[in-house]
Amino acid sequence: MQNAMSMILVAATGPWAAKTVAERASESLDTSLWAVAAYMVLALLAVVVLVTLLGLVLIYAERKIAGRFQCRVGPMRVGPHGLLQTVADTFKLLLKEDIIPTRADQAMHLLAPFLCMGATVLIIAVLPYSPTMQILDLNIGVLFVTAVSGFGVMGILLGGWSSNNKWSLIGAMRSGAQIISYEISATLALLVVVLFAGTMSLRGIVESQEAGWWIWRAHGVGLISFIVYLIASTAEINRTPFDIPEGESELTAGFHAEYSGLRFSFFFLSEFINMFIVSALAATLFLGGWMPFHIGGWTTFNNVMGLIPPSLWFAGKNLFVIFVIMWFRWTFPRLRVDQLMRLEWKILLPIGFANLMAASLVVLSNFYFFPGK
Amino acid sequence: MEYFFLLLFTGLAAVLVGAGLLTSYLVAPHRPNPLKNSPYECGEPTIGQSWVQFNVGYYLFGLLFLVFDVEAAFLYPWAVVFRQVGLTGLIEMGLFLLVLIVGLVYAWRKGALEWV
Repeated sequence: MQNAMSMILVAATGPWAAKTVAERASESLDTSLWAVAAYMVLALLAVVVLVTLLGLVLIYAERKIAGRFQCRVGPMRVGPHGLLQTVADTFKLLLKEDIIPTRADQAMHLLAPFLCMGATVLIIAVLPYSPTMQILDLNIGVLFVTAVSGFGVMGILLGGWSSNNKWSLIGAMRSGAQIISYEISATLALLVVVLFAGTMSLRGIVESQEAGWWIWRAHGVGLISFIVYLIASTAEINRTPFDIPEGESELTAGFHAEYSGLRFSFFFLSEFINMFIVSALAATLFLGGWMPFHIGGWTTFNNVMGLIPPSLWFAGKNLFVIFVIMWFRWTFPRLRVDQLMRLEWKILLPIGFANLMAASLVVLSNFYFFPGK
Repeated sequence: MEYFFLLLFTGLAAVLVGAGLLTSYLVAPHRPNPLKNSPYECGEPTIGQSWVQFNVGYYLFGLLFLVFDVEAAFLYPWAVVFRQVGLTGLIEMGLFLLVLIVGLVYAWRKGALEWV
């Protein structure tokens, strides 16, 4: 009886047989090209399903949570408790006319939402959802995510400029300045974890947290960089309190004022997916990704924690961070542009540098909890 | 190998986004008229183009960003091999960062970080 129990525990916690879809595909590269094609199609289908589901769930959650924070009930009419509201909205947007203003730069106007959406889809492919649920694992994972999310900025700048609308242009310029400023702090915060883990591969970073998550293993250094990352990335995805690029009260809709129909919804969707990506990255780097809550050396405790499947751990952490970002929106008022720049360049950037140096000292002296694991 | 799949996936992602646009093109109405296609600036008739020269204001921040982002690109490989290079690496990167931080302090003192 006890033997069976421990076998279940080993099966649940056991050595993680992490393998990405791309690795499986390349294994069958010699035997059958059809298998490779099937893997790729499956991976793409998974991304389509994930993007659609995320869009539906996140937009519904945002509206419901906003409603609850303001003592309203949120959408209620379409479907039970308004569950089908987003589906209805999606079909409405699909059926709406796609307007390109006469004076706009036609080609650039078409290209912009493409860039935004394409960048988000590419990032989704490299995130580790569980040991077996990951499409690609790049050895430069963290760098790749930062670099590709830079394409999103290009989309925003291009969309705002090509619309030939003053509000769009101002919105795009603000957005560009904000995103490039906060990118430095986000990068410095991510570097702390790269320093701890000694690898940039996202899977490698998750596996390096088997003895404990980086947020608490390094005596506060991890926690500080988590907080800096959360603030900087909220600014990077243009969410309140950093939403002056879209400030409805002054710029109507900012950079996407001249977009309608499906191309508007691409901008809108990529904003929500970006929120997911940012949370997923925070969960992966600081909260252990799919790694259960482990405390180095507490074998029984770790085994019990391992009974919860890795994908659930990832989803739970991710949704928690998403909820916190939504919570920000109803707690903090919008920052003025000078406050925005002061927060980044005079507060977050010095903290980021000091924290990076502290982190390197921590690694050098092996002074974190459970070193060498 | 991973990068080959990445390339493949980039192509597939583009096709995916394109398919969405095609669907919308097929099912959505298309009835343009001059008023509808004019820029929307809260209903006021637009005066002139938006493509004019104006003071970007973010120019200095853009320059600073360039410096710090390139520095971050140097920091990534350093962070990966930090355990191997140890104290030497820390001192060297410390000196490198010191130069940059002196630059930041200089910009700060000169008032480049003030929003005007």
